[in-house]
Amino acid sequence: MAAVIEAHDLKRTYKTTTGVVRRKPLEVEAVRGISFAVERGELFGLLGPNGAGKTTTIKMLITLLLPTSGTARVLGHDVEREPREVRKRIGYVFGGDRGLYERLSALDNLRYFAELYGVSGRRQRERIGEVLELVGLTGREKERVEGYSRGMRQRLHIARGILHDPEVLFLDEPTIGVDPVGARELRATISELVRAGKTLLLTTHYMFEADTLCDRIAVIAKGSIVGQGTPTELKSGVTDGRVTEIEVFGVDDAAVERLRAIDGVTAVAVEEQEQKQLLVVQTTGARELTQALLTELGGASVGRVSSREPTLEDAYVALVTAE
Amino acid sequence: MKTLRVIAVGWLIHFKIMSRSPFAIGVGATWPIVNATLAYFMYRAGGYPQTLLYASLGSAVAGIWSMAAIDASGAIQRQRWWGTLELLVGAPVPFALVLLPMAVAIASAGIYALATTLLWGRLVYGIPLPLEHAVAFVVAVPVTIASIGVLGFALGMTLVRFRTASHIGNSLEYPVWIASGLLFPLAVLPAWSHPISLALAPTWGMRALLHSALGGRAWLDIAICLGLAAAYTAFGIALLERFMDSARRHATLSLT
Repeated sequence: MAAVIEAHDLKRTYKTTTGVVRRKPLEVEAVRGISFAVERGELFGLLGPNGAGKTTTIKMLITLLLPTSGTARVLGHDVEREPREVRKRIGYVFGGDRGLYERLSALDNLRYFAELYGVSGRRQRERIGEVLELVGLTGREKERVEGYSRGMRQRLHIARGILHDPEVLFLDEPTIGVDPVGARELRATISELVRAGKTLLLTTHYMFEADTLCDRIAVIAKGSIVGQGTPTELKSGVTDGRVTEIEVFGVDDAAVERLRAIDGVTAVAVEEQEQKQLLVVQTTGARELTQALLTELGGASVGRVSSREPTLEDAYVALVTAE
Repeated sequence: MKTLRVIAVGWLIHFKIMSRSPFAIGVGATWPIVNATLAYFMYRAGGYPQTLLYASLGSAVAGIWSMAAIDASGAIQRQRWWGTLELLVGAPVPFALVLLPMAVAIASAGIYALATTLLWGRLVYGIPLPLEHAVAFVVAVPVTIASIGVLGFALGMTLVRFRTASHIGNSLEYPVWIASGLLFPLAVLPAWSHPISLALAPTWGMRALLHSALGGRAWLDIAICLGLAAAYTAFGIALLERFMDSARRHATLSLT
């Protein structure tokens, strides 16, 4: 069975200029030849830091950007040559406040996009009622969007994206800036869409979200895919050992480099936490390295030390920080 | 039928958006009054009191064009700011069916300019609106608005491709006022500029309104207005797909 979404060696370069008087052309390689496939009914996650190329990839797949090279197909249609065929069959939802007509009611917003997405006049009323029910906005649809909370706007985004009942849905950071309760409700809506048989491609910064929702994940860093698999595969593939967290006060770069040089240490991340730093050290194998780590920290003042199983976030950090 | 429905709903939605901005309507409705007042004094001082209606209608059509030129430019940029431009472009309907009603809806807000200018002239300066051909006048108003709106559509498509093209709309505002004979008759312009004037919808819209009010060949003017609107539409549609491809290639649909 052919994949629903296929990207093959997809590249995208942005051209810009620098300087005012003597302008110099500048090329930025946002996506550097990525390939992946998403099967029918799958929820596929794209993870990566800001500027990694996630949104550019999505924009190529939803036909808003032309690839510089490479090919991509959605439901068998080429995104470059058959944009209209692709657009009929997909929905997409961008995160954030933008993308809605603030001065209009939610109902007017949905009516307009229903028209643009070819939902017939006879079907519109019923379909709008269904999507409002699904996202929990029934009863609030006549209010102007400018009075909506962030979470309500995001739910309205999803309602707009699924109005025409698309087979494939692209969600670009749908829970960004939404409070925990709102984010949980959105995740429930996303799970419901998966249960309804939709194929979803999701980008997110929230590891917990990706771990909970995604069947498979591709991690992008600097425009390339650096890891791909199920959340469990990613966790075990990148670090089959343990993670040691050490609270330190005033650790310097040299000490961090010494930790990295220890045999068995695969990655060290430093999280700044007000007056202290949290060192997240990933190690391979069964060797106990806590004593060696503390020794290499030298004179730095050490606080709490703990050890735990690796999470998806650890795998992600190891992948995106690997040289 | 489906196409007409998309256009009608698009027009209604964008007209609603426009009408819910008190600032846009306030400026759109009062600015032509300032222009009209200046024109009344100029014509009075020149000893041509019979041409005061010309000043009134000219200011109204100038207001409609200003809406179409400046606000159509601003509208595309606003869609970028609102994050809706990509959603509109990404819809499966041809983008012409999105842009055309948007441009006409913006020009339609010029109806406020027409109403306030005529009312101001009537109440403050006592200028009557004779309406020799009342039916022709009623037809001429929407035809003028639509044809000017479609000219705004042809302009608007460049704005999808070029983020900074809104300056084109601003720079075209006054030249079109002059070239269309909205401030003074075309006869005072040099002969070489007449073909440009005749290709502009505001020229024929102005004539249609004037002739339907004072008597004359109003229906011919209306027909020419419609013909020009059809030509602008055909021109816009022919180029729009190329512009859209270019926008996708150069990534100009979003703000960044």
